[in-house]
Amino acid sequence: MRHHLILRIVAKLLIPPILLFALYVQFHGDFGPGGGFQAGVIFGAGFILYALIFGVETAKKVAQPEIVRVMVAVGVLLYGAVGLVSLLLGGSYLDYSVLAHDPVRGQHLGIFIIELGVGITVAAVMITIFFTFASRGRS
Amino acid sequence: MISQHLPALQVVIPLLTAPVCLLFNNARVAWILSLVASSVALVIAALLLQQVLTVGILTYEIGGWAAPWGIEYRIDPVNAFVLLIVAAIGTVVMSFAPRSVASEIPEQQIALFYAAYLLCLAGLLGIAATGDAFNLFVFLEISSLSSYVLISLGRDRRALTAAFQYLIMGTIGATFILIGVGLLYMMTGTLNMADLAKRLPLVADTRTVAAALAFLTVGISLKLALFPLHLWLPNAYAFAPSVVTAFIAATGTKVAVYMLLRFLFTVFGATLSFEAVLLPTILLPLSLVAVFSASIVAIFQDNIKRMLAYSSVAQIGYMILGLSFVSVTGLTACILHLFNHALMKGGLFLALGCVVYQLGSADISKFAGLGRRMPWTFAAIVVGGLSLIGVPLTVGFISKWYLVLAALESGQWWVAVLVLIGSLLAVVYMWRIVEVAFFQPAPRQGSQRREAPLSLLLPTWVLIGANIFFGINTDLTVGVAQRAAVWLLGGAS
Amino acid sequence: MAWLGLYNYWVVIFLMMAGFYAVITRGNLVKKIVGLNLFQTSVFILYISMSKVQGGTAPIVDNEFAIYSNPLPHVLILTAIVVGVATTALGLALVVRIRESYGTVEEDEIHHLDKSF
Repeated sequence: MRHHLILRIVAKLLIPPILLFALYVQFHGDFGPGGGFQAGVIFGAGFILYALIFGVETAKKVAQPEIVRVMVAVGVLLYGAVGLVSLLLGGSYLDYSVLAHDPVRGQHLGIFIIELGVGITVAAVMITIFFTFASRGRS
Repeated sequence: MISQHLPALQVVIPLLTAPVCLLFNNARVAWILSLVASSVALVIAALLLQQVLTVGILTYEIGGWAAPWGIEYRIDPVNAFVLLIVAAIGTVVMSFAPRSVASEIPEQQIALFYAAYLLCLAGLLGIAATGDAFNLFVFLEISSLSSYVLISLGRDRRALTAAFQYLIMGTIGATFILIGVGLLYMMTGTLNMADLAKRLPLVADTRTVAAALAFLTVGISLKLALFPLHLWLPNAYAFAPSVVTAFIAATGTKVAVYMLLRFLFTVFGATLSFEAVLLPTILLPLSLVAVFSASIVAIFQDNIKRMLAYSSVAQIGYMILGLSFVSVTGLTACILHLFNHALMKGGLFLALGCVVYQLGSADISKFAGLGRRMPWTFAAIVVGGLSLIGVPLTVGFISKWYLVLAALESGQWWVAVLVLIGSLLAVVYMWRIVEVAFFQPAPRQGSQRREAPLSLLLPTWVLIGANIFFGINTDLTVGVAQRAAVWLLGGAS
Repeated sequence: MAWLGLYNYWVVIFLMMAGFYAVITRGNLVKKIVGLNLFQTSVFILYISMSKVQGGTAPIVDNEFAIYSNPLPHVLILTAIVVGVATTALGLALVVRIRESYGTVEEDEIHHLDKSF
């Protein structure tokens, strides 16, 4: 894809807004439409676009497969950890109300971290799936 | 303090151990983690069963949201028993795993294998623990997706096609369940099973509810491999790695039978589904056909894993037969056989795992003369086979006994006769193994095969020993199964 | 014309049967996966159309609106979509591996190579 000048320029212009939009969807999810799933997919799509234009090998330098693999696990563990913490603080599993002094703030904090965990895992899984399929049969 | 959180921890511990396995990405660490997680799950399941038997139903509100709105975990005698079966089999299989897995799965995939196993375990435990119809679907998909992965790890390339076939059939089944749950939600506005049971009688006569019942029954029947929806099962069991076969054969279909029990009796209530839609007229013949057709096909299999897989289809037929009597004795037989069949098939497939570990194949032609070279392994197969047939002093006898009692109680003596004839078919296919292994001379050429290592034999004999122990000491199993049966029928009326 | 008023169900049933038909009749494993996707998508539409409340808007609380659509089926279907994505990815991964070891993705050719499919 070295010679596709237009594609490369447009991609370079588009990828930062895509990633920013993903972060917006992620962190605005408490107040409007959005959340971890959607944000993770958009974030992953930004990386996949990069890999499509600049090649899988280049993309692997940016998002190293070992690190992406760790992120898959970290996101789920973050989710589970919130549950365990709320359990230790005396609530039910995943009861966010006990996370802060005030139940409303606790709910906010809880859903925020949960969605962050979901976002990380979904983005990492999307990237992993793409890498796995795209680099199959070449190595 | 911790005891009140047990229903959640039961599912959460294996679920969260899976990503930790992924993080370490080391075969040995992953195995230790899986063994610990399975054992902890077993302890929790035993504590839960004990609590349920003394205190009664336990409920747990996930996230602190009250029951009809939030997801509720609801442990009653039925699913406490199922949880115990799944966790116990998981623990035994994991103690068997390391050598067998190392010989059948490439080194770099072993950590992922254990992660997938833990997800499968978490999914199966989740199906049993949850009291929410949609949550059940989610856990079903967790366990199914991970079991497709586990099956595809088999060495034979046919494992891939078997896993693909299972994926197609399993997804159709799960989607049918999703449609059924959707239709129920449409009519009642609730997903909580206990709440559904309360609201369904008000709309019982609508066509939507009947359609929901049909979708759920067909979807779950696909999952539990009821004849004629069993086509995915033989190949999936035959070509999966030995450990996976033992685990899935002993737990996967059992949990599916539990789902059927849960939906038919708790959610729909025995009166609605059985008298209105006449399920006995459909399930009773199907289960008998399953017993006979699968047993006869099993006789002609040359791959022993495939033979036992067909035998599983037949045994599932017995469970559904017990269920279709809609009586306390029938349900007792069904739930007993759930437990007993997990013991026998778990034991038999582990013993076959020993054979595959030594021979690299489960083909009957290679079994000649092995009975004397691997005496402990083949003794295990013989005891497991006797249990499968239903010889007294083994668990198989106990479940057949209750099945025959239930048939006589319902006045259908011919069903009892058919059950006995079906057991004779099991004699025929188990005899084939015995004949080849003990009465045919070993081939002259070929290396000297010796007994499997102790680390494989010990877990096998734990399950086989349980076959005899629970065949003699029936207090626990029959007691719990009877309570569960009474509870299912009483809770439904 | 009552049967036309429930046109969303007709759409659902049409999509479902089209997907189901593709799963059953197509010999190409990739096409089977496509059919399976169509089949699952029809169920998503079943749930989504179920949650529509007449005159209701998107369920984001605001003083201007009093009637909202039921958000619960949307959330359920979000989960089901994720399950669908996972199933598709796994199915395609299996197809890739099948293609690597058999050299084909046609069911009858695989059947020819191995009698047990």
